[in-house]
Amino acid sequence: MSKVPADLKYTKTHEWLRSLPDGTIEIGITDHAQHALGDLVFVEVPEAGRVLKAGEPCAVVESVKAASDVYAPVTGEVLAGNPKLASQPETINTDSYGEGWLMRVRPTAGGPATELLSPAEYTKLQQEEGD
Amino acid sequence: MGRQTPLFQLHRELGARIVDFGGWDMPVQYSSQIGEHHAVRRAAGVFDVSHMCVIDLKGARVRPFLRALLANDVDKLVRPGKALYSCMLNESGGVLDDLIVYFLSDSGFRVVVNAGTRDKDLAWIRRHAREFDVGVLERTELAMLAIQGPEARAKTAKLLSRVGAATALELDTFVGREIDGWFVARTGYTGEDGFEVMLPASDAERVWRELNSLGVASCGLGARDTLRLEAGMNLYGNDMDESTHPFESGLSWTVAMEAAGTARERQFIGREALEAVKAQGSPRKLVGLLLEERGVLRGHQRVVVPGLGEGVTTSGTFSPTLERSIAFARVPAATGQQVQVDIRGKLLNARVVKPPFVRFGQALAQ
Repeated sequence: MSKVPADLKYTKTHEWLRSLPDGTIEIGITDHAQHALGDLVFVEVPEAGRVLKAGEPCAVVESVKAASDVYAPVTGEVLAGNPKLASQPETINTDSYGEGWLMRVRPTAGGPATELLSPAEYTKLQQEEGD
Repeated sequence: MGRQTPLFQLHRELGARIVDFGGWDMPVQYSSQIGEHHAVRRAAGVFDVSHMCVIDLKGARVRPFLRALLANDVDKLVRPGKALYSCMLNESGGVLDDLIVYFLSDSGFRVVVNAGTRDKDLAWIRRHAREFDVGVLERTELAMLAIQGPEARAKTAKLLSRVGAATALELDTFVGREIDGWFVARTGYTGEDGFEVMLPASDAERVWRELNSLGVASCGLGARDTLRLEAGMNLYGNDMDESTHPFESGLSWTVAMEAAGTARERQFIGREALEAVKAQGSPRKLVGLLLEERGVLRGHQRVVVPGLGEGVTTSGTFSPTLERSIAFARVPAATGQQVQVDIRGKLLNARVVKPPFVRFGQALAQ
């Protein structure tokens, strides 16, 4: 069973969001997602300054097996992509909710967001997908 | 649900992720695909390849039948047990399948064909076997394990009788024989030394567990794919199929236009079409690509060849041994050293290299 930390929000497309005290958010892919992808070998994160629209592809994670898009859960400006992932993409396999974060974003106040799930809802989604 | 090999329940028990492969429920990985890959390059791994189709051909005229059926020349097979890699072509020179054929006796050969092409191959073989009065028997009761890696032969030998072990360890490359009721062949699809073993399905689970206890890692089809691509070996359906001929698939070396050891022309299905291609020169060729930038090559990506046009990748992956991406691509015949590959709209530089990329654990392309 994949880990689903209680202090995060989730999306139907397997991203997680962490609200930071300064009002920005950190985004990554879930333990379930990294497990399904397998060994990650290439990650492309957006550059600081890029403005994301909720629902658009904003990063790519590639395992030995397959490439997968990461979708922006909120509208906002990218503050930073995780620089560690260029040389150590496997960090997402070992610590998807911590060191393996993908990007930090300052959400546009009142801007659109995709439907966010609670930990319980996301756990249920995983079970439906056969985790 | 697809077809299942005799090892299906064991794969589940070992925690394998199961995927559909040519209509079969097969393990793609157990823990880490890269870990399984390295196990084969550095020590030993075992693959379930029981989905592949073993066919025994029997009859006094089996050799002339195979001379006509296959693009490679079975007359190269002189010693019993010797194996040959060949394409089976249609009349237009397209590749129906690639296979391994073993010479067992003057009246008996064995061929091993791909799982995904099983029905088509059997129909084609049966159709042509009739006029040679050759019997075609599918050996569905056999399981098949590939034990591969520098330690694979020594570990497999531990499961055999003393005499059997000695016999197995003396097998030359690309030779197989009956040993202790199994058919043991020194063949594989990884670029490493090792055995492929055909054995009664009822033995398969016990043998797998014993190999595991000897330190042989369970390996899935994911690692099998990265290993074969590093080893420069084609995958049927990706790198060649009925719409492509061997000369544009990196398989010219498997086509014997002349009879073994002579300059005499020989007849086989597809020969006429290949002659026409040869006369004009094949406009395309299959090459290896090494990505010079960060990213991962996959099949079906557009290849831009400056001044010559375009090509397409047929297989691509991240190479765990080289720690960069590699691919096969079908490109214009005059393609030189440098191409670009379109990955999600960005053109990335790739260098053209001659496969294999890796052999016996050593990186050949850098």
